[in-house]
Amino acid sequence: MATALKFDKPEGDYQWIGTRPLRPDGVDKVTGRAKFGADMALPDMLVGKVLRSPHPHARIKKIDTSKAEALPGVKAVVTAVDFKELPHELSLAGEMPINYRDVGRNVMARDKALYEGHAVAAVAATSASIARKALKLIEVDYEVLPHVIEVMDAVKDGAPILHEDLITVGVEPAPTKASNVAKRVEFAIGDIDKGFAEADVVVERTFDTKPVHQAYIEPHACVASVSEDGQAELFVSTQGHFIVRAHCAKLLGMDIAKIRVTAAEIGGGFGGKTVVYLEPVALMLSKKACRPVKMQMSREEVFKATGPTSGAHMRIKIGATRDGRITAGEAELYYQAGAFPGGPIGPGAMCAFAPYDLENVKTVGFDIVTNRPKVAAYRAPGAPISEYAVESVVDEIAKTLEIDPVELRLKNAAKEGTRTAYGPKFGKVGLVQTLEAAKAHEHYNTPLGPNQGRGVASGFWFNIGGETSATININDDGTITLIQGTPDIGGSRASNAMMAAEAFGIDYDKVRPIVGDTSALGFTFLTGGSRATLANGVTTREAANNAITEMCKRAAKMWEIPEDAVKWENGHALPAGDNAGKFEPLSMAQIAKMAPKTGGPIAGHAHINVQGAGPSFGTHIVDVEVDKETGKVDILRYTVIQDAGRAVHPSYVEGQYQGGAVQGIGWALNEEYIYGEDGKLQNAGFLDYRIPVASDVPMIDTVIVECTNPSHPYGVRGVGETPIVPPMAAISNAIEQATGIRFTELPMSPPKVLKALDEANGG
Amino acid sequence: MARIVLTRALRKFADGEAEFDLEVGTIQALFRELSTRYPAIKRHLDEGVAVAIDGQIYQDALFEPIPPNAEVHIIPQIAGG
Repeated sequence: MATALKFDKPEGDYQWIGTRPLRPDGVDKVTGRAKFGADMALPDMLVGKVLRSPHPHARIKKIDTSKAEALPGVKAVVTAVDFKELPHELSLAGEMPINYRDVGRNVMARDKALYEGHAVAAVAATSASIARKALKLIEVDYEVLPHVIEVMDAVKDGAPILHEDLITVGVEPAPTKASNVAKRVEFAIGDIDKGFAEADVVVERTFDTKPVHQAYIEPHACVASVSEDGQAELFVSTQGHFIVRAHCAKLLGMDIAKIRVTAAEIGGGFGGKTVVYLEPVALMLSKKACRPVKMQMSREEVFKATGPTSGAHMRIKIGATRDGRITAGEAELYYQAGAFPGGPIGPGAMCAFAPYDLENVKTVGFDIVTNRPKVAAYRAPGAPISEYAVESVVDEIAKTLEIDPVELRLKNAAKEGTRTAYGPKFGKVGLVQTLEAAKAHEHYNTPLGPNQGRGVASGFWFNIGGETSATININDDGTITLIQGTPDIGGSRASNAMMAAEAFGIDYDKVRPIVGDTSALGFTFLTGGSRATLANGVTTREAANNAITEMCKRAAKMWEIPEDAVKWENGHALPAGDNAGKFEPLSMAQIAKMAPKTGGPIAGHAHINVQGAGPSFGTHIVDVEVDKETGKVDILRYTVIQDAGRAVHPSYVEGQYQGGAVQGIGWALNEEYIYGEDGKLQNAGFLDYRIPVASDVPMIDTVIVECTNPSHPYGVRGVGETPIVPPMAAISNAIEQATGIRFTELPMSPPKVLKALDEANGG
Repeated sequence: MARIVLTRALRKFADGEAEFDLEVGTIQALFRELSTRYPAIKRHLDEGVAVAIDGQIYQDALFEPIPPNAEVHIIPQIAGG
């Protein structure tokens, strides 16, 4: 089934939706009972470790594992030769399009190591110390090659070429020589030359951003167990265990049915746990050793070997009339993809001007490989980068025209009927409501002190649906077990249980939501794209309807009346009208108790490719204070205003808003990968890669705008991506107001701010 | 007739055509018709695209109806993080 389900009107009085009950996984998490990726232990379990390339770019001439294999306690050693080389095959099995040939080569380097930290071999041993000793005994003969780290260096003539067969896609005529440019994309509407000709003011600037990591607190970890008959079990920290199963089956040449994957509790993912790194290796080691293998990354490995989001170089040009009408927008975007093609350049280009109702837009993007880890998804992949640059220029236009920045955005805001740069017109969207809320907010109208500045910026993300399954089992006592297939990252068990309680008309605490393993229910796409609550809402509602229909049938049988003479209200079956007869309502517990005698167990299932996603817009307000002696920027106050569609559990919606803002603060002010001339990462740890901690940020205020999604049974849009889009521009705009300096490079860390202040002062 | 609009990336596989009218009842019929008219586009449709029908984006939804006067855009698939 693949249709945008049009349910009864999403507006209405709800018993549970919009309330704030305790999350069902809360006690386990605060007491330490919850099992995260590294918490699983199995009898006779081995420890797996990975040998990683010390070079950013090197040809692997030979790997000799004989000494490691001979070390007592070592039970298995694997290299790329243990994995079948896969052909080029594109898939959207993860969150961004992937090529299985590249996935295989990223999991274990084949003929070349393409970044420092690239896996080249792995061992499984009876202890961690033996495994580490074994790694040192593996002899790798490298031919070190020239490397390229920065995105614009990679497109220069004579740059080291990572892939000798990489021909740029999207260029006519197709190039005949390999380069580091994997793809060119272009989206356009109208005539930008005409648009710029109509402008009274044109601002054009270039921007640079650095790759930043999702910085999930829990490193990647898994336990794999492959039996002698080829049946495999995998316990893993992931955003999508069905996707892990699919990838591992492909990489190991196994039947999907022979791999059972259980999603651990997850200590953050933000897009970074949508791909595989250790999992296929652990399975292969376990297969060779015939014993369970646990693998977990160190923080250094997380930084060196897993995907951050892209760094970028961008040119943005915007024109506007004196009265503030934007007449044209142009963006040229160069996103680094890391070692393999497939960065988020497409969505970056599509989202760049999405908050604006423009007649003339052109965005061109390039996907560029460099000797860094392959990028992975990170909240609204691609959008924060391009929208940062556009929102910075929009702010400059407002300043130039002496128009309030919120007013300028309102004057040009995307609304229902606005044609996007990528083609379709928006349906019902809530950007204007967020801007109106910002304008009216007390924060926006509070005076600032010396060296302080206030910035605003808006942001957009599409949101998605996707394949989703749900099972609802009606237990003997009338309680419900709700099985979902999306790992719970942001409170989806709570929101899903609330939607189930709403559908049945029963108490929230009568619903026990769990995340099922891959054998427990049908395929379910991962948790990402802000889809979990939206998609689970559709499938849970459908599964509940199926169970309710069956319970009404059972009631009809017991009452010996036609099935259509029974209706469902507030957790009870009751006669549809006086003509149906006079019967006392039957509760779920009463119906369930009689189930063995009325036809057997009662359950509801749904397997839907959910459509009907509703885009989400947000607007952020931030106040900063700049220390002009040190260049340090303090966040004084921060307000996130975003359209949630419907906030099923407002606390977790607010949590998403706050989390996105805090990650954006880190992206804006401190986070960056620092590479040496040798192409090696110099800050692979949280001491030197500076993410915000609690003392760095104020309480993030939130305003939930509810412009409901008409294609969802409860009006949900999805909220997890959008809040990371506006912070970088909002903070940059605030710093500009505080200092008079327009920063065009992230992060705006103290040394850079101080240098700019000194230069402005003639220092 | 539905109005079909291709992204710039797809136009080169459709003899440069950007917009045209087609009588197609579903996304599956649309893909079939496009692949018949422009064989070079089939591989790209098979690899995965999204289809926006009157602004609503559908992904992997072959049987979704296309109303007679709909505006249909074929765009890249969308994921997230």
